[in-house]
Amino acid sequence: MTTQQFTGAEMVVKALAALKVKQIFGYPGGTVLDIYDALFQQSDVEHILVRHEQAATHMADGFARATGEVGVVLATSGPGATNCITGIATAYMDSIPMVVLSGQVPTTLIGDDAFQETDIIGCSRPIVKHSFNCRNVEEIPNIIAKAFYIARTGRPGPVVIELPKDLLMPMSKGEFHIEIDVKMRSYNPSIKGHHKQIKKAVKALFEAKRLVVYSGGGIIIANASELLTELVEKLDAPITNTLMGLGGISGTHKNFIGMLGMHGSLEANKSMANADVILALGARFDDRVTNNVKKFCPDAKIIHVDIDPTSISKTINANIPIVGLLEEVLQQLLDELDATNFTPNKEERTSWWQQIQQWRDVNSISYVQEGEQIKPQRVIEAMYKITKGEAYVCSDVGQHQMFAAQYYPFAKPRQWINSGGLGTMGFGLPAAMGVKLAFPDSHVICVTGDGSIQMNIQELSTCLQYNLSVVIVSLNNRSLGMVRQWQDMVYGGRHSSSYMESLPDFVKLAEAYGHVGIQINHLDELDEKLTQAFNIKNRLVFVDVLVDEKEHVYPMQIRLGAIDEMWIKKGVKA
Amino acid sequence: MRRILAILLENEPGSLSRIVGLFSQRAFNIQSLTVAPTEDPSLSRITIATSGDDKVLEQIVKQVNKLIDVIKITDLTERSHVERELILIKVLAMNDKSRTEVKRITDIFRGSIIDIGKQVYTIQLTGDAEKLNAFVETLSNETEIIEAVRSGCVGIARGEKALRV
Ligand SMILES: Cc1ncc(C[n+]2csc(CCOP(=O)(O)OP(=O)(O)O)c2C)c(N)n1
Ligand SMILES: [Mg+2]
Repeated sequence: MTTQQFTGAEMVVKALAALKVKQIFGYPGGTVLDIYDALFQQSDVEHILVRHEQAATHMADGFARATGEVGVVLATSGPGATNCITGIATAYMDSIPMVVLSGQVPTTLIGDDAFQETDIIGCSRPIVKHSFNCRNVEEIPNIIAKAFYIARTGRPGPVVIELPKDLLMPMSKGEFHIEIDVKMRSYNPSIKGHHKQIKKAVKALFEAKRLVVYSGGGIIIANASELLTELVEKLDAPITNTLMGLGGISGTHKNFIGMLGMHGSLEANKSMANADVILALGARFDDRVTNNVKKFCPDAKIIHVDIDPTSISKTINANIPIVGLLEEVLQQLLDELDATNFTPNKEERTSWWQQIQQWRDVNSISYVQEGEQIKPQRVIEAMYKITKGEAYVCSDVGQHQMFAAQYYPFAKPRQWINSGGLGTMGFGLPAAMGVKLAFPDSHVICVTGDGSIQMNIQELSTCLQYNLSVVIVSLNNRSLGMVRQWQDMVYGGRHSSSYMESLPDFVKLAEAYGHVGIQINHLDELDEKLTQAFNIKNRLVFVDVLVDEKEHVYPMQIRLGAIDEMWIKKGVKA
Repeated sequence: MRRILAILLENEPGSLSRIVGLFSQRAFNIQSLTVAPTEDPSLSRITIATSGDDKVLEQIVKQVNKLIDVIKITDLTERSHVERELILIKVLAMNDKSRTEVKRITDIFRGSIIDIGKQVYTIQLTGDAEKLNAFVETLSNETEIIEAVRSGCVGIARGEKALRV
């Protein structure tokens, strides 16, 4: 009896089905046509056809961020693969689980500069968690299983698989075997925190007079937000989130003191600067948080919990490093606190909270709606009210991103989706599409700018094809606002190439793609028209809001200063 | 400070390039690098001589460890160890005087002449980096060096300690 034989292309699709993949995002081309043919002949795995491979990666990325599952991309060799690079780098910087299947020229041609040959493994090497070459048919299923395992475990990240065409074609067939339970001697990501370190941490938490919890994207990835909230309440500590960590605890929780860093709240940055103990959870002391590392939180003892040892003591030295999965370590910390009957010292906490209240009273996240023009912050507030704070908000990159982060308090993890690490303009729309695909019944907003939206505008066509009724809210300031803000503040107001002088009519553009376009020009029509936009079901709505082009994002850290040295508004220092 | 790192990793396509790429991407220094399969052909062992302060070294070790292919990494310079490097060196040996002198120096350093041409000697010498440097310098005072190739260092811990799966 002979067992059934499959082509490599069939194995790819069977492996994806075995891994319970429902949707993949891609674009066809010569080297992957066999996979497309195999996809055509089955119904387990749906293929979503984008209009540019970069968008496929961001779509897979948005899908992964919202669901926690691995996002899968399929691209042809050469230009298809290189178009994925920005999306792979975006996922890498934010630790997003993604598997990119890239075609490759036949093994017999590799190295010959064959048509559409690029060394995609080499190109992507610095921006992947790992990558695989396939060199024989029967190894394909297990390579895919391994790629998934690596992508989603430990500190997640993108994995690239290169599939040469001759392995996919009918000429080479083999038996299909897949081991879903992957074991690797060189990679074992499940780790508990070291018991001694947990004890040390709890001792420091006991002794802390001015404690701050600083949590990042790791909390979201680890699905640890409930444990985090429990810990924060037990400690009665103020908590700040990084841009990536927003939603890790509810944005309206009484202990939440806002985002920290470059455009963080004064109270968050002040609390950090004055803390005697900082409990850092799944955050990495990024330069957009710390400002000048030499002046960073001089009095603080730092407890740093992260699954990735390289993040610990990389930029800021940790006094108590704890390597481990956050969900494990948080539980260990809670258990140890219970075992030692922890209660915060009432007097010390009260005086710390009183101090924080004084910083809160400065009301650093605020703006004045004056004059004719709509302030961008006002749009985000309206958006928040209309969606009752329950929407998925997917952002592009620029001022609008910071306004969204500041003025839309996220109740839950995975609600806030943005490219924090790489800052990729063009991320917002495709990411929102990936989220909408996963949660068709939820409000999914793409907050964008007149610059960013044009970096993947072609995806409006994909939205029509798959009926992805995202609400695009473009804070149209007729400029590359964030660039212009820096030019105003640092480059003597010389607006070199930061104007968008030939903007399209976005309403007509949306209509040309078969969608609904709405322009909002006056403050008095903002709430009504925006509500109307959110009430349109089953259509994509592009809301082009003309906002004040002179508005800057405040507060803002002063360059080279300490974490809490900030401009509160134009010309006013904290 | 000079450090010698020993790395045990999967002997798979691309694993060496990931190590080399990591060093250049993060601006870590490589003074020398050697690689070969181990007695178990599924594994490779790499020895890297590098330099950096404690903070840099900590990052290097962590970053290398983070690579999926890497099974173990150790800093041999942390404790007592043996390190060896091989040099093959071709020098001018035209007349009796210089031949005798080259032979004498080679003997003193416990090297061996492994090939002789009409006008050249090729010498092999093993030792640690310092010994090799001293040898090259002494030779260059006596005759002209035509070509030299060094293997880069390999190292192993002294005593019971071993780097294995
Ligand atoms: C792909 C890419 N190119 C360049 C930049 C640099 N950059 C950051 S913000 C920004 C302006 C964004 O303009 P817009 O989307 O209109 O947003 P605004 O700041 O006006 O709200 C630019 C050019 C970037 N982040 N990404
Ligand atoms: Mg703009």
